[in-house]
Amino acid sequence: MVQRRIPAIASRIAGAALSLFALLPPPAHAQAPEPVRIGAFLSVTGPAAFLGDPELKTLEMYVERINAEGGVLGGRKLQLVSYDDAGDAEKARTFAKRLIEQDKVDLIVGGSTTGTTMAALPLAEQAGTPFISLAGAVPIVEPVKKWVFKTPHTDRMACEKIFVDAQARKLTRIALISGSGGFDKSMRGECLKTAAKYGVEFVADETYGANDTDMTAQLTKIKGSGAQAVLNAGFGQGPAIVTRNYRQVGLTLPLYQSHGVASREYIKLSGPAAEGVRLPAAALLVSDLLPAGDAQKPVVANYRKAFEDKYKTDVSTFGGHAYDGLMLALNAMKAAGGTDKAKVRDALEATRGYVGTGGVVNMSASDHMGLDLSAFRMLEVKEGNWSLVK
Amino acid sequence: MGPAIATVSERVPARHWVASARSGGTLLLAAIVAFAPLVLPNNYAYDVAVQIALNAIVCVGLNLLIGYAGQISLGHAGFFALGGYGSAILATRFGVPVWVSLPATCAMVGALAWLVGRPTLRLKGHTLAMATLGLGVIISIAITTEDRLTGGPDGMAVPPLVLFGAAVQGERLWYWIAGALLVAAVWLSLNLIESPNGRALRALHGSEVAAQTLGIDAARFKLQVFTLSAVFAALAGALTAHYAGFITPVKSSFLHSVELVIMVVFGGMASVFGAVVGAAVLTVLPQLLTVLKDYEMMVFGAVLVATMVLFPQGIVPTLARRFGGRAR
Amino acid sequence: MGSSWLQFVAGGLTSGAIYALVALGFAIVFNASGAINFAQGEFVMVGSMSAVTLLGLGLPLPVAVVLAIAAAAVVALIIERIAIAPARHAETVTLIIITIGVSLFLRGLAQLLWGTGVFRLPGFSGDEPIAVGNATILPQSLWVLGGAAVSVVLLATFYRRTLLGKAMLATSYNRLAAQLVGIDTRVVLFASFGLAAALGAIGGVLIAPIAFTSYDAGIMLGLKGFAAAMLGGLGSFAGAVAGGLLLGLLEGLGAGFVSSAYKDAIAFVVILAVLFFLPGGLLGTRHRDRV
Repeated sequence: MVQRRIPAIASRIAGAALSLFALLPPPAHAQAPEPVRIGAFLSVTGPAAFLGDPELKTLEMYVERINAEGGVLGGRKLQLVSYDDAGDAEKARTFAKRLIEQDKVDLIVGGSTTGTTMAALPLAEQAGTPFISLAGAVPIVEPVKKWVFKTPHTDRMACEKIFVDAQARKLTRIALISGSGGFDKSMRGECLKTAAKYGVEFVADETYGANDTDMTAQLTKIKGSGAQAVLNAGFGQGPAIVTRNYRQVGLTLPLYQSHGVASREYIKLSGPAAEGVRLPAAALLVSDLLPAGDAQKPVVANYRKAFEDKYKTDVSTFGGHAYDGLMLALNAMKAAGGTDKAKVRDALEATRGYVGTGGVVNMSASDHMGLDLSAFRMLEVKEGNWSLVK
Repeated sequence: MGPAIATVSERVPARHWVASARSGGTLLLAAIVAFAPLVLPNNYAYDVAVQIALNAIVCVGLNLLIGYAGQISLGHAGFFALGGYGSAILATRFGVPVWVSLPATCAMVGALAWLVGRPTLRLKGHTLAMATLGLGVIISIAITTEDRLTGGPDGMAVPPLVLFGAAVQGERLWYWIAGALLVAAVWLSLNLIESPNGRALRALHGSEVAAQTLGIDAARFKLQVFTLSAVFAALAGALTAHYAGFITPVKSSFLHSVELVIMVVFGGMASVFGAVVGAAVLTVLPQLLTVLKDYEMMVFGAVLVATMVLFPQGIVPTLARRFGGRAR
Repeated sequence: MGSSWLQFVAGGLTSGAIYALVALGFAIVFNASGAINFAQGEFVMVGSMSAVTLLGLGLPLPVAVVLAIAAAAVVALIIERIAIAPARHAETVTLIIITIGVSLFLRGLAQLLWGTGVFRLPGFSGDEPIAVGNATILPQSLWVLGGAAVSVVLLATFYRRTLLGKAMLATSYNRLAAQLVGIDTRVVLFASFGLAAALGAIGGVLIAPIAFTSYDAGIMLGLKGFAAAMLGGLGSFAGAVAGGLLLGLLEGLGAGFVSSAYKDAIAFVVILAVLFFLPGGLLGTRHRDRV
């Protein structure tokens, strides 16, 4: 009985597998006008999901909007081809290859994390496909790669912004606590490297795992280290646990968080313990607090409204990076008058005065990010909300 | 588990099938590897094929351990990553040529597996599962933490494999290398299974007490198999790293270990070709499921459950029994 | 610095109690089926995420908690019927892979339902830390420790006093003999899944105020719970609790005195050492080999 049923079921499964093949994106046929293909590989699930999820939502929303408004480059539609790499660099590399070789995209926006970006980067370089990364670390654009650009601020800038603020508050002995993820470790490294320039000395260097549930042991050690302030380089839920444990063990020193927690979720998870915490972040989070004359104000307010109206969730800076990536790409295509990869690349490099959610972007042959320290604002949590540090 | 003697006589016909599989099956696999390029449309397809071959090498080794030695390893991702990182670190930080660093790393991983396996394989139950799980976690933490050597969580760039003075690059060249090594790995495994110890242990289905009464050194065979499987994993890991030009600690994670075990059991325990099929299906499936977006993980889980409920022995043995008749 | 050990112990015990509850779930299913249920961590997640949702619907916290635990148990029972029971005669490895498939399915479903965000339940008795000597402990940690203790006592009573409990215990000793005396081992397997999921969900709602929860929170908890169960002796209830607490303590003290980066590695080195000398775990049964 059972034996006889198996081939029937097997054939049904095989049928399902075949229909999956049929669902694959069809090979590019000559059809007029040819759509502009934007490829994206993002960490929509996995440990970096809080980066990739708003990034994908942003890209999907704007591609839909732009197509509804008639497309780009004189009526060509945008086609978004996106894959979820789940934060795995190996998957990211395969998807980047798929985007280039099979989907034949005109440009790639993506790479939510530094690890996934670095794995895909050589492929974009070899194939000569413009690639706008959404990840933070310095090595993506230093040294400059011909085809690679990035939209977010670097972690080095975040460290510097924090140190400038600490200097103003006459805090020189700082304890460092960081997660074990890529973002955390990269920022830790940049902070250690740049500290001396700002007269900052690190008196403790503790770490915690990405899924740890209790950091009181590390913070108790920091309590005895003689620090004047504490810096937490990390993203995800770890920093919220650090913040709660911080108050629990009775630490009252100023606490700095990184730009990695720049979302309302952090305040929600940390509760009252977040009061007084400072962190560098893009203007997006405080769009309503920006002075009327601020160049970024209309851009960030528009993006924020669009995102929150559509998805009913709080905006995060990471979705803003994807917005900037897409807009930079479309502007460059407009300037290049088409999707010729070399021309688009040159136009990207020639970007001047683009006002985005991350700041004002001025690219050059030696700078494929184009942001300076003014792109960061120093925020402080006050009464359960963000406020600008004057 | 029935009386040992009955099991032996019941399984005797299987020898003919496997014996023919040793030569015939290896030839069939070689033919598939040789003619597959006819249907590979682009470099992305070659890339997936290379990954299948490299994953299959790990699975062929792991299958010997799970299917024939009756032990689960939940730490093979650790060996895999050690292979990749070891070879990469020797090459980049110590200037060792890759054609030396690669085999040297495999040998070192083999030695490590032997050291860990020697005490644990004499223990019973799920102890090897736990020991390998622990070892894998420790390796993973060390790789993530020692960023000066390994580049930390963001991974490190890996220099290309250089053979006869030329860098081995490009999906198409790698396809032939990975394919040839897979055929070799399969041939080697089939030989080991057909060795007197292997044959007897297979017949006894891992029962050590029964094996001992027949004068078979089961522990020795298990240790051999465990070490070989670790070397296969390290080899595939090193090749993957040199091929991709990049390696991250994700490759050492517990989830990757689990993924490898799934490939083996999915394809079929105690079936060398099952391991190859499992690796192929589970490497291609996620690429197909990308169209499902948010539903991907759910559907993958459901497919896995459904397959294992319908084919508890794995795909290949169940189908072989169904259509090959004599396989039973 | 010498006095901070109390804080390390307090932190370690909190984590340890969590691991203990997850480990108990592993023990229950192992006893009924001989398989390691890798979906155990997902039951923890289903419990805590359901509680967050129910609370969001405006239910009072105690009601939300009870309903969430029931929800996790129901999910587990459905899954047992669909995925585990049809394969109960398969090999252990097959069963293990099925539970891995179940865990992927549940994680994917949770991602679909709740997204990838991180959520938190409010502390059951507020969030004001309690000073113990020179250490501080959150009231929720006491809830976790107390919850673990009460669960163990209830579990022991269930096994000793009820017919179903006795049947489950008998099955864990010898499945064939249990069948021969008329115990329906299918019912035992069914009940074990529900019980294990309920325990996991209790752990889930107790820790959500401290450790938060998200669709993928089950991965780490499953891994640590399995390690705790192995350390204590797979299949032993007292061992699961002891293993969990010890694992938490090892992490807390390891992070405090040795290295916070290597604390998990330290814990695993100790586990491996214990297993080498006591292959059955700290309190596990000493198996006799059978042909």
